[in-house]
Amino acid sequence: MSLDKEYLKEQRSLAWRDELRKSMPAKERTSRERVSMPEQEPLVRNKNNEEVNLGLTEQMAIEEARRCLDCVDPTCISGCPVSINIPSFIKHIEKSDFLGAAKVLKETSALPAVCGRVCPQEIQCEKACFYTVKLNKTPVAIGHLERFAADFEQKSGSVSVPEIAPNNGFNVAVIGAGPAGLSAAGDLAKYGCNVTVFEALHEIGGVLKYGIPEFRLPNSVVDVEINSLKKMGVKFFTNFVVGSTASIQDLREEGFDAFFVSSGAGLPNFMGIPGENYSGIMSSNEYLTRVNLMNAAQSDYDTPVFLGKHVAVIGGGNTAMDSVRTAKRLGAEKAMIVYRRTIEEMPARVEEIYHAQAEDIEFFCLTNPIEYKADETGHVSSMTVQKMELGEPDASGRRRPVPMPNSEYEIPVDLVIVSVGVSPNPLVPKSLPELVMSKWGTIEVDKETMQAHNVPDVFAGGDIVRGGATVILAMGDGRKAAAGIMKYLKSKHTK
Amino acid sequence: MSKIIAKEILSERVVKLEIEAPRIAQKRKAGHFVIVKVGEKGERIPLTISQANKETGTITLVVQKVGVSSHKLCALEVGDEITDVVGPLGQATHIEKFGSVLCAGGGVGIAPLLPIVEAMKAAGNKVITVLAGRSKEFVILEEEIRKKSDEVIIMTDDGSYGNKGLVTEGMERVISQEKVNLSVVIGPAIMMKFCTLLTKKYNIPTVVSLNTIMVDGTGMCGACRITVGGKTKFVCVDGPEFDAHQVDFDEILQRLQAYKHQEAEAYQATLNK
Ligand SMILES: Cc1cc2nc3c(=O)[nH]c(=O)nc-3n(C[C@H](O)[C@H](O)[C@H](O)COP(=O)(O)OP(=O)(O)OC[C@H]3O[C@@H](n4cnc5c(N)ncnc54)[C@H](O)[C@@H]3O)c2cc1C
Ligand code: FES
Repeated sequence: MSLDKEYLKEQRSLAWRDELRKSMPAKERTSRERVSMPEQEPLVRNKNNEEVNLGLTEQMAIEEARRCLDCVDPTCISGCPVSINIPSFIKHIEKSDFLGAAKVLKETSALPAVCGRVCPQEIQCEKACFYTVKLNKTPVAIGHLERFAADFEQKSGSVSVPEIAPNNGFNVAVIGAGPAGLSAAGDLAKYGCNVTVFEALHEIGGVLKYGIPEFRLPNSVVDVEINSLKKMGVKFFTNFVVGSTASIQDLREEGFDAFFVSSGAGLPNFMGIPGENYSGIMSSNEYLTRVNLMNAAQSDYDTPVFLGKHVAVIGGGNTAMDSVRTAKRLGAEKAMIVYRRTIEEMPARVEEIYHAQAEDIEFFCLTNPIEYKADETGHVSSMTVQKMELGEPDASGRRRPVPMPNSEYEIPVDLVIVSVGVSPNPLVPKSLPELVMSKWGTIEVDKETMQAHNVPDVFAGGDIVRGGATVILAMGDGRKAAAGIMKYLKSKHTK
Repeated sequence: MSKIIAKEILSERVVKLEIEAPRIAQKRKAGHFVIVKVGEKGERIPLTISQANKETGTITLVVQKVGVSSHKLCALEVGDEITDVVGPLGQATHIEKFGSVLCAGGGVGIAPLLPIVEAMKAAGNKVITVLAGRSKEFVILEEEIRKKSDEVIIMTDDGSYGNKGLVTEGMERVISQEKVNLSVVIGPAIMMKFCTLLTKKYNIPTVVSLNTIMVDGTGMCGACRITVGGKTKFVCVDGPEFDAHQVDFDEILQRLQAYKHQEAEAYQATLNK
């Protein structure tokens, strides 16, 4: 899927790219400041559920696109997990061909409007940008530009339904409708397969719907992608748990020729400390599912959720930031992040940390809970925390937090959200004992084709293969697997 | 969408629904449950599958009106559709020939007990069943249970039907008369707690089926977590049945209270509509 050097060169030497490069001296390009993303006022947005980032205007996007030097050796591409042709899409924006830019994005990314919003650009493309690496300046806002082009296409109403190859008679089942499953479904449909997506929940979208909140990724953005899959003929079955409602063997007998398992890493981890099962303590998955999928905070929906006044969220990832910012929006007076390392080590996207800080979220770093206490009804009332300091680096290369003696103190809380990672969903693996699994419970696959060892008609990708990872990696896996599945089906059958 | 094929009012607060769910009917075993959601704005609630018919592709659910969601479900009529039904979920009951099996069901817990009674009987066990309820109207499905049990004892708190007394008294009577190899208890958490204390005293292996708060029912949220033998377990995927003598019932009782206040308010609002 990665674009080869020749192709990039060829594209770069097209006459219009040449002209555009010459239209402004490099010095002038690099002397410009990065445009800043317009956003809702922090103390306004922390009381509503509207999107925080408002999106670049056309003028801003063109301005920012001009900063891109259209490098001979575009290092940014090597920073992108799916090798998007970054200079090409940015230069399309510079010449005001926004639909053209969206088209370039779609050559490699199935979900650009999503990835433009949620990718950790600062450790991917923007980290490898010439500005960062050589000029020591703020990188070109590749993520913001990606979002701009993708949104422009969505809003233009001319979202192109991709060309679909003649039907090849193959029936492929996709298990799980998160980013990995959706992107595999899209490519398989393009190849001419009959694609059926099975989803355990009553909604399609996986983490994009039940996890990531509206203020960061509106459902409408995800729905555009789902609708375009439906237009391409992809069938969706919700309320269908593969492994329970039907096994893979049942589906084989019903005529499915191959399977893509994209069932995610949905199982929440807990810390196993005393008092963790008191009411008022829950996983971030439970909290976000209640609020995002079940709309629990809206009075006309039936699902309840605790509205805490003093809310502590344990962890420093995207899930923790999403939970704490949700709690603030639902009226918490004190919304706290409690994290055992420092802000530098937090795995969350940098932008989310900035946004959280601006929204009046309190950060308790180098702090770790060791016990919860409850009131007489069994509802959590306070947590005992311990101060930490950073010691020697551990296996992950991050400095290991070690407890400081006699540093315990109490923080009053009435809602605690535990956000300390997830484990792979075991439902599908349990029903297919032949699968080769890692000791972490992820499915082992061939890295190029995503084919499972031992079970040739089963392919897998996304978080079920990687553990909790990212949307872009899940999406990339889906596309690789679709290609792998086609290769397998063609070599096996000549239907 | 699952269409309601038949509806029977078992008591003022308990309704039996037969619904179309062909795939679930095929796969379901004793002990399995489904998650049901009524309407776009509904809540996801777990309900044990009481019976299933592979030929007609239907499953039977027994629902007690306790809150907004069960109330909405009970208000549906034959021909109406249930928006979402997913399953069969959870681990099936471990069925084998144990010898003599003492089953005890309290109130609406009798519904999930029925398929276990059936399966235990079919596996060649002697099945003695104690059915208990606050009063006569809480003793449901008696006829179905009788068909599959060697003996049935009925206990009501107020003596309005069967023997006056608690479920544990009925169980103890059986235990004093013969060797019981396994006990299966399903009902309100408080009842299961006391039945478990009893069988522990007599050293009888005991299985309980737990009905906790759930959201997804697939292991994704942890709302259903409990402590068994000192370890945290998820009822929806590790259960719903557990070794009763290892279960921390006090924690369950306290976790079940979690949303009581909010739920009571919402239910009152629904009733007032
Ligand atoms: C709150 C939160 C915030 C995040 N923020 C970011 C971010 O900013 N940037 C980023 O890149 N990543 C982020 N991530 C991570 C990212 O969302 C995941 O890496 C990505 O969604 C994984 O995609 P997937 O398709 O593998 O799985 P998922 O999105 O988890 O989808 C799996 C789907 O499979 C379904 N399923 C499971 N088992 C079965 C079965 N047996 N049968 C049928 N269906 C089944 C599930 O219900 C689910 O819908 C975040 C995650 C969370 C939870
Ligand atoms: S109900 Fe969500 S994990 Fe069991």
